Amino acid sequence: MGGFLLRKVGAALIVLVLASMLVFVGVRAIPGDPAIALGAENRDPAVLAAVRHKYGLDKPLPVQYLNWISLAVRGDLGRDQRQLSVSQTIVQRLPITLELAGLAILIGSAIGITAGVIAAVRRGKPTDYAATSVALVGLSVPHFWLGIVMIIYFAVKLNWLPAGGYVPFGQDPIQNLEHMLMPAIVLGTGLSAVLMRQMRSSMLGALGADYVRTARAKGLSEWAVVGKHALRNSLITVTTVLGLQLGALISGAVITEQIFVIPGFGRLTIDAVNQRDYTLLQGVVLVAAAGYVIVNLLVDVVYSFLNPRIRVAGARR
Amino acid sequence: MSYVDAAAVAINPRARRRRLLRKRFLRRPLAVAGLVVALTFILVAIFAPWIAPYSPDATDFNATLAPPFTPGHLLGTDELGRDVLSRIIWGSRASIEAGVLSTALAFLIAVPIGIVAGYYRGWIDPVIARATDVLLAFPFLILAVGLAAILGPSLMNATIALGLGAVPAVIRVARGEALALREEDYVRAAVANGAGDVAILGRHVLPNMSSTLIVQATLIIPAAIIGEAVLSFLGLGVQPPTPSWGVMLADAQSYVSQAPRLAIFPGLAIFFCSLSFNLLGDGLRDVLDPRTTR
Repeated sequence: MGGFLLRKVGAALIVLVLASMLVFVGVRAIPGDPAIALGAENRDPAVLAAVRHKYGLDKPLPVQYLNWISLAVRGDLGRDQRQLSVSQTIVQRLPITLELAGLAILIGSAIGITAGVIAAVRRGKPTDYAATSVALVGLSVPHFWLGIVMIIYFAVKLNWLPAGGYVPFGQDPIQNLEHMLMPAIVLGTGLSAVLMRQMRSSMLGALGADYVRTARAKGLSEWAVVGKHALRNSLITVTTVLGLQLGALISGAVITEQIFVIPGFGRLTIDAVNQRDYTLLQGVVLVAAAGYVIVNLLVDVVYSFLNPRIRVAGARR
Repeated sequence: MSYVDAAAVAINPRARRRRLLRKRFLRRPLAVAGLVVALTFILVAIFAPWIAPYSPDATDFNATLAPPFTPGHLLGTDELGRDVLSRIIWGSRASIEAGVLSTALAFLIAVPIGIVAGYYRGWIDPVIARATDVLLAFPFLILAVGLAAILGPSLMNATIALGLGAVPAVIRVARGEALALREEDYVRAAVANGAGDVAILGRHVLPNMSSTLIVQATLIIPAAIIGEAVLSFLGLGVQPPTPSWGVMLADAQSYVSQAPRLAIFPGLAIFFCSLSFNLLGDGLRDVLDPRTTR
């Protein structure tokens, strides 16, 4: 087990280091001289040279990378164009997106898992077809359009919910949830469709397995068979899928926050691109990649606890 | 004569398999509907100049924000009096182009890499696997947004960004297939007969993974179509006034209270276009991959 953990953590670290290099090189590949942006568009060669020297831009790329990454691991991602600390900005914006993502996961898994179980239990019946079709529709609907349609009906026409904006939870919990409800539903829809399909297929697999037949033969009630045996084993696979969906959630948050004017991490990413703020963009992308890698590492580890066969197979490889 | 035909059919297992697959595909109404609608979108994109009643940029300031079913404007007009139907028809070009070309790009890059990793194994396999992990560490849209920022906003660059974004996933699929195929008896027989690597990969490995790749493509195309709309919506893809469904949605956001329909029609177009490819992909997977048709 210790070896397994070590190998997983080691692989994740390597991926993180390589990803940080890619971010660094990628941001350097964006056209435009960062010194001009940092020096307030002053094109005087003497000023540019001074700016380059001040920010270490005159050093070779590997040295610049090492400077940047050694500060980054200590939590210092540099300063953006407005001289604000990038780390602080991210720390301020991230909880907003985490709340949005948390609510979306809650809504998405509640709908997705329930629908998947029902579809699998009623396989081939109209309920199954209905749930499967709705999931396919959920996969094909562009989220951001769903967001706009919801704004049109629930905010503009019916005036039930605010069209956008954000109120901190600490300031007014009710208003906070009112503002978060539509974005969370929009973000949760795609997730619920993916989870439903996954849940349905793993439940179908579980329901055909020997231990379920044994449970039935023991005379357990259908409820106990489905709920205790099949569901529990299917949830293991679904947990992994949830981890893999984190990337889709981050991507979804970018566009959802844009539509509902939520000042979260996703909006920060788009702002960084639009304002050509390279330090900010570099920090945001690095944090997104690191978060994704770490969550997937955790999912891997949790999964190996739940399903010991993975550990053994991994060791043999 | 009929005797010869029957013999040919009986002897040629490929033709028989193709007929069987066609029969199985035609038994799935949703998949057939997906194929028909997807083909319609492709044809509309190709023949847009002949189908669209107006030029997509033709403004008519006497008829701005006209409602649907206005004579001459079936879906109404936008804030500049441009015909919505014409813009949706022209907009299909950006979507289909981005969807198909980015998928093609992803396959051109990823399939050879995946085959090399899965077939040769050795030191190259873990190297490619790690590189794929690194690319997968970036959420798709963050990667696409970053690439669009590097390359600059345009339809071509959005297509490239979406294609590169899909590369790691395709590498994984191609690698997995090659890994399984190299253990097949016919591949071993070819190796034993002294066939060269190029012949083995080209004649045995690639053709046998084609059905998996086709299914994968029909599932990546709709994701790319939505991706193009998202990038264009964010101002990182097609630039106005060129019509694109994403650009139309971005424009419509300012008119949600006066003319919400401006946001409805392009969204429906994106939805039906991606749904059709998803239905087709689901159907093809059921037909081509016997493992899922239990």
